[in-house]
Amino acid sequence: MSSLAATVRNMFDEPGCAKNGSKSEAERKNGCTKQLQPGSAAGGCAFDGAKVALQPFTDVAHLVHGPIACEGNSWDNRGAASSGSNLWRTSFTTDLSETDIVFGGEKRLCKAIKEIIDKCDPPAIFVYQTCIPAMIGDDINAVCKAASQRFTKPVIPINSPGFVGSKNLGNKLAGEALLDYVIGTQEPDYTTPYDINLIGEYNLSGELWQVKPLLDELGVRILSCISGDGKYREVASSHRARAAMLVCSKSMINLARKMEQRYGIPFFEGSFYGIQDSSKSLRQLARLLVERGAPTDLLGRTEAVIAREEARAWAAIESYKPRFEGKKALLITGGVKSWSVVAALQEAGLELVGTSVKKSTTKDKERIKELMGRDAHMIEDMTPREMYKMLKDAEADIMLSGGKSQFVALKAAMPWLDINQERCHAYMGYVGMIKLVEEIDKSLSNPMWEQLRRPAPWEPLAKAVEQMQSPVAAIACDPAFAETTRRARKNCVCNTVDLGAFEDAIYAHGLRSVAAVREHTNAVGDCCQRRTEGILVSEPSAMRQAAE
Amino acid sequence: MAIVTAPTKACAVNPLKMSQPIGGAFAFMGLRGAMPLLHGSQGCTSFGLTLFVRHFKEAVPLQTTAMSEVATVLGGYENLEQAILNIYSRAKPKIIGICSTGVTETNGDDVDAYLKLIRGKHPQLASLPLVYVSTPDFKGAFQDGWEKAVQRIVAVLVEGPSANGLRDPSKVNVLPGCHLTPGDLDELRVIVEDFGLCPSFLPDLAGSLDGHIPDEFTPTTIGGIGVDEIASMGRAGWTIAIGAQMQRAAEVMQVKTGVPFRVFERLCGLGPNDEFMMFLSEISGRPIPLKYRRQRGQLADAMLDAHFHIGGRKIAIGAEPDLLFDLSGMLHDMGAQVTAAVTTTQSEVIERIKTKEVLIGDLEDLEALAKTNHCDLLITHSHGRQAAARLKLPFYRTGFPMFDRLGAGHQLSVGYRGTRNLIFEIANLVIAHREENDQPTPDTWRTAAGLPRCSGNRSSTGAARRSIA
Repeated sequence: MSSLAATVRNMFDEPGCAKNGSKSEAERKNGCTKQLQPGSAAGGCAFDGAKVALQPFTDVAHLVHGPIACEGNSWDNRGAASSGSNLWRTSFTTDLSETDIVFGGEKRLCKAIKEIIDKCDPPAIFVYQTCIPAMIGDDINAVCKAASQRFTKPVIPINSPGFVGSKNLGNKLAGEALLDYVIGTQEPDYTTPYDINLIGEYNLSGELWQVKPLLDELGVRILSCISGDGKYREVASSHRARAAMLVCSKSMINLARKMEQRYGIPFFEGSFYGIQDSSKSLRQLARLLVERGAPTDLLGRTEAVIAREEARAWAAIESYKPRFEGKKALLITGGVKSWSVVAALQEAGLELVGTSVKKSTTKDKERIKELMGRDAHMIEDMTPREMYKMLKDAEADIMLSGGKSQFVALKAAMPWLDINQERCHAYMGYVGMIKLVEEIDKSLSNPMWEQLRRPAPWEPLAKAVEQMQSPVAAIACDPAFAETTRRARKNCVCNTVDLGAFEDAIYAHGLRSVAAVREHTNAVGDCCQRRTEGILVSEPSAMRQAAE
Repeated sequence: MAIVTAPTKACAVNPLKMSQPIGGAFAFMGLRGAMPLLHGSQGCTSFGLTLFVRHFKEAVPLQTTAMSEVATVLGGYENLEQAILNIYSRAKPKIIGICSTGVTETNGDDVDAYLKLIRGKHPQLASLPLVYVSTPDFKGAFQDGWEKAVQRIVAVLVEGPSANGLRDPSKVNVLPGCHLTPGDLDELRVIVEDFGLCPSFLPDLAGSLDGHIPDEFTPTTIGGIGVDEIASMGRAGWTIAIGAQMQRAAEVMQVKTGVPFRVFERLCGLGPNDEFMMFLSEISGRPIPLKYRRQRGQLADAMLDAHFHIGGRKIAIGAEPDLLFDLSGMLHDMGAQVTAAVTTTQSEVIERIKTKEVLIGDLEDLEALAKTNHCDLLITHSHGRQAAARLKLPFYRTGFPMFDRLGAGHQLSVGYRGTRNLIFEIANLVIAHREENDQPTPDTWRTAAGLPRCSGNRSSTGAARRSIA
């Protein structure tokens, strides 16, 4: 594990990351993720992060080496889309049993790799390490190396057991694995001056395909997308790209920077969320490609496409302005997306009453201030309870957030829209932003909300009753009173003895027969017999013995 | 008698199984004001959480002790302590249910001892019930975790007989297996109450995950059976256990409190519900309410209408043992043949499933069996969707997880009414599939491929057998 520890430490010292650069030496040592708080932690583990980052490679077999929890509880849970193979959606796991834990799981892993090759013959197998095999010392690097040689097929170890850290760290470890074992191992069939890599784009809901037509139109070729709709061969030969874009996320910055270092591929951080951001990203891509030797007419062509697309998008959004007048939105999401979506929402006429800045850098925050004005409500960390209150008090008309806070909004009968990775709509690119505005409108104008916010017709009445001293209400609230009421019930129609007296007599004297009960109580009539029998039968034998 | 076969593969492909800890946590979710806590790395919790949220479309409380690599080496005492204190002060739960995971079982954390130490050190926790259940990931499956957790809840929280005087014959304990939905529990509550009995469900998912809108935001479960009510379960006249998985919990209850129990292995189908009704009538001393006599008639009629479509069909089912036993039993009773049966874990019921062979395996096995046995219908949880698409079979989603359709919490299969609806749903799937795929054409009877399916299949399997021989 020492090499893994070294990799992790190495990654925390990331010169490409602005946030890291602004930290003191001591802070940097603590790494880029907050220490996890037992009992109040949320979010995935490093294995989760690695799997999320690499799983969209569509033609690769993803084999999880661990007990059933790691894969059985999580497979087929992402909405990435594939234009070709569907192998990535097939789940493979060694499903370690107790015996494997005792004797080691390496043999099973090796057999599993062979089974997969026999069945599917994929271009490569990614083997994911998890906590338990890491604890018991299964050396997946060695197994993968041996398997690669034996089966003459790339078998790539992804060493990111869950307990080494957060999901974000897992993304980075996945990047390291690609650098160490995959990138640069194959050559592309041909290259063009327009070849680019997209890093950290997962093609969720197929949203990459909303941007790809624009790139196609410009003649820009996505040599490799890491990893949305990606293929093994593409990523293996991705070192021949002319430029790279780190999409919407800092989580794979190590990969982008090291590819720049090793292969001289310049990169920039960009985003296709939001209209201006999309334009900016296209411009930067074109500029980088031209700098690397692409014909300069690319710049002009790019501007033309941008002008056309922007005009179209703004015109489409313009029409929503009157509908959104006076509507307020609350935006709770990760760092970058906050400001990239803000502009589009404002253009559509929505007032933003707050945005989260939990994951944003100082630069991000400044930019938000620029966009939203000095009095922008920047939310550092909001508990679900506060969020609920804010929505319930109608300080906002709609909340846009990730799936985790979904029910906070919905249960407050508030419109809500998913803008994180689990969503089912594609919001990327110019069309994506129009789609987002359309979805907001659909949600805001739904007549359902008004019905839901109206209290049930009996509720005002119920409140009034509550204020009266009603015996029914008292019973409901007080178990002791309920018990007294129960015991006071007459046991029989003859109304001589109540249930409590019966129970006491039976319990105190350990009575077993109806006749005995009669002796001890005033129950005389035959009519009481059946009820009394019932009570006697139901009584626990152990208790009877104890009473005797 | 079915032959039970265990796997020989090294690599599980498309798992049917989910892990024990989340099954255990699921049981705690049926308790009011509860916070289930997985003692493991944070991924153990986040995967489970995502799965529950996708299934129920509800906020789900589930916390983690966030074991790091270092904590795993040094032992998890401090993480567990911090987690409990954090949850205690932030979420103010009525109970914390702790499940171990593969990580903490492998490093050998002695959680029972830790809890004693924690209680000694923090007297403010004295009145907070902490129930621990050992659920390593590398053993058993989801259903086993549930089974163990309910056993532990009974053992820890139910008070012994001396505590509160006499037994109340109108009170009945119901211990439902994890294969029942909140909708099933609602149905059972109504049935039991219609006999004048007052049921206590443990766990009661219908209170917490039925999809209601609470008045206030709470970080813990928003309903379910209260700790006080669990304590008083020893005063009930009877315990009704539903599903063989609940037998042990019912036994623990009997040993502790003397409450007699009866296990109903199935509540889907005509016969099992007849038995259930007669039992309720017996213990309540009341006749079967008119409502259920009518419902029985409706079920009988549904069976008459549906047997044309379900009878003779070859069915592939993948489910946890109790659900598999229940559903395959009902379908067998309707004349279907269960020709592929895959389950997740050992159970004494699987030998009695009405089929030739039950495989403890994965969805790859189920898909292969469904293909070679020419099944007409696939029944399993949502993960079967890829197999169903490849096999081009009608697909009935049931069990956990069901993340790609709405209403998972309200899918009904118990009682006369639940069985009736289920039979209609399955028959309709078969009908719709036939309408879309098997419309007769003038050429249907000319080509060999167009021969009626069953005879075609018979000859082809016969040929296969011969060639092997």
